[in-house]
Amino acid sequence: MRILVLMRQLPDLVEELEISSEGTDIDRELVKFVMNEFDDQALEEALLLKESSGAEVVVVALDEPDVDQALYTAIAKGADRAVKLTGVSNERWMSTHERAAILAPYVEESAADLVLTGVQAADDLDGQLAGVLAGLLGLPHAAVVVGVELKDSTVLVTQELGGGRSVDEEIDLPAVLGLQAARQAPRYAPISKIRQVTQAGGIEEVAAHTPPEASATAISLRRLYVPERSGHAEMLEGTPGEVAERIAEILRSRGLVKG
Amino acid sequence: MSNDILVLAEHDGQAVSDITFELLGAARRLASGSGGQVAVALVGGAGLTGTLGAASTVYVVDGTSGAIYSPEVFEKAFLGVLKEADPRLVLTGTSTMGIDVAGALSVAWPAPVVSYVVGLEAEGTELVATSQIYGGKLMAEVAIGGPHAICAVIAGSFPADAGRSDGTPEVREVAVAGLDSARTTPRGVHEPDTSGVDIAAAEVLVSVGRGIGGKENLEVVQELADALGAPLAASRPITDQGWLPKPQQVGKSGKKVKPRAYLAFGISGAPEHLEGMRDAELIIACNTDPNAPIFDVAHYGTTADLFDLAPELAEKLGS
Ligand SMILES: Cc1cc2nc3c(=O)[nH]c(=O)nc-3n(C[C@H](O)[C@H](O)[C@H](O)COP(=O)(O)OP(=O)(O)OC[C@H]3O[C@@H](n4cnc5c(N)ncnc54)[C@H](O)[C@@H]3O)c2cc1C
Repeated sequence: MRILVLMRQLPDLVEELEISSEGTDIDRELVKFVMNEFDDQALEEALLLKESSGAEVVVVALDEPDVDQALYTAIAKGADRAVKLTGVSNERWMSTHERAAILAPYVEESAADLVLTGVQAADDLDGQLAGVLAGLLGLPHAAVVVGVELKDSTVLVTQELGGGRSVDEEIDLPAVLGLQAARQAPRYAPISKIRQVTQAGGIEEVAAHTPPEASATAISLRRLYVPERSGHAEMLEGTPGEVAERIAEILRSRGLVKG
Repeated sequence: MSNDILVLAEHDGQAVSDITFELLGAARRLASGSGGQVAVALVGGAGLTGTLGAASTVYVVDGTSGAIYSPEVFEKAFLGVLKEADPRLVLTGTSTMGIDVAGALSVAWPAPVVSYVVGLEAEGTELVATSQIYGGKLMAEVAIGGPHAICAVIAGSFPADAGRSDGTPEVREVAVAGLDSARTTPRGVHEPDTSGVDIAAAEVLVSVGRGIGGKENLEVVQELADALGAPLAASRPITDQGWLPKPQQVGKSGKKVKPRAYLAFGISGAPEHLEGMRDAELIIACNTDPNAPIFDVAHYGTTADLFDLAPELAEKLGS
């Protein structure tokens, strides 16, 4: 049983995002890149499956800023192999359809039984990876997955439907799943372990297939902009004590404070 | 090239979901400008056509598993409808169904997809979609010029009432082959967990997000909640970590709440969270990042550190 985990890097949203001079991308020079948090959930679920069934876990990523760090961390957590697909430009926004077109031939050649990835990424403006990739490969798929259990030739998944409802379904392998949350919070790898793994090296570099021109699914992004803060909150200034006093007044004036 | 707009309906077997009416309203507005027709694709919910009067045609596909959602069956069924109806624009939500089918359909029925849409306008023969990306921190404007496109719209972007209308749309049954040979078999639906506190019934909610840092820190907001006699609510990462029970989660996959006051501590305001609380009467947000999107929906905001503010506020309210 081979499980592929498709991971990717994203700008850290805690930091300020600036728009590039062309106006259709963020300024990537200033950005700190981190692993997509939902891919981290996918990795955790894969590691749990490895523990229960002995599956092999292979993490796969395109060559993106700081991706080595993410791949070594995955190995430190317990992934068996890490593969980096090289030769694609990593200096710009890349659409989901382009990513999927690069990943699809690799996934096909790798003879994976199960492909896990994050349910979404903060910049996947043209749709989410699991569905597009499964579409290209002709595989069954499910997104917003919160539980995965391996059977012989199928996988039992729990898919959230929203508002607290969920559905269980059994899907034939191979399949592609978009993970919302693993059954437990993602584990941490000790820094010392990550350092040790990094020193040992071991990321496999594989030349990526050039994706075919797919103009029928290409979107035309006109501009990016910071939303106008039309309905912006009234900001309360002052020391925490002063702010607390104002909030207490606001709540009292609305009769929301008991006693 | 047709100017028709097709809405992919969502339902739970009993009723059509709000998002479908929101999309129908938007579709009606766009179609009245372009002269196109509005249609709905309904999979396994044949009894629900009566509420879809905002559309002129309802394409019904009878799924083998009745009302239970299954990505593969719904996708195949929708594809069958797309081939028959050949619309210019397909609208779905950014719900589980939308996430599942939009991407896969865009490959099978080659069309660009635009996700996280919050606005749709016609500009001559072009459509322009506005989307929220990077967790709501930036907006993207996307031109839709070609013969086909799929837009996945964030819930709450358009008024549902504009799409609610009784009436008798033309019902067309679409026969789709191969639905019963799907590789995906539904095994059952879990209804929402109703145990514990009902945050939807509370007058005031103290809600906490990832800014809290760790389970051991929840005490700080718990004291404030106690002072207000309010239950704690949370964003998704908090319940995913198991720091608070799942029924206390607010948002798209949690509960929709409308308290008289919602106090948000260390919550960024991702679209999926806002979906569950933006209609609260009063929203007060504490977040150290002055650009956090939560401040766009809050009435009052502060960039104070929650670890400074929450104890001060608890003390001022406590006596
Ligand atoms: C299909 C789907 C469904 C989802 N459903 C939901 C849902 O139902 N509910 C939900 O909430 N999310 C949901 N999400 C997740 C959502 O996308 C976000 O990931 C989530 O809402 C982020 O939670 P957060 O704001 O607590 O964390 P973050 O986005 O990490 O924000 C933490 C915030 O805390 C601030 N902060 C840090 N330290 C402090 C401090 N000391 N004092 C004050 N502020 C501080 C930071 O500035 C930051 O803005 C869903 C996602 C998907 C894909």
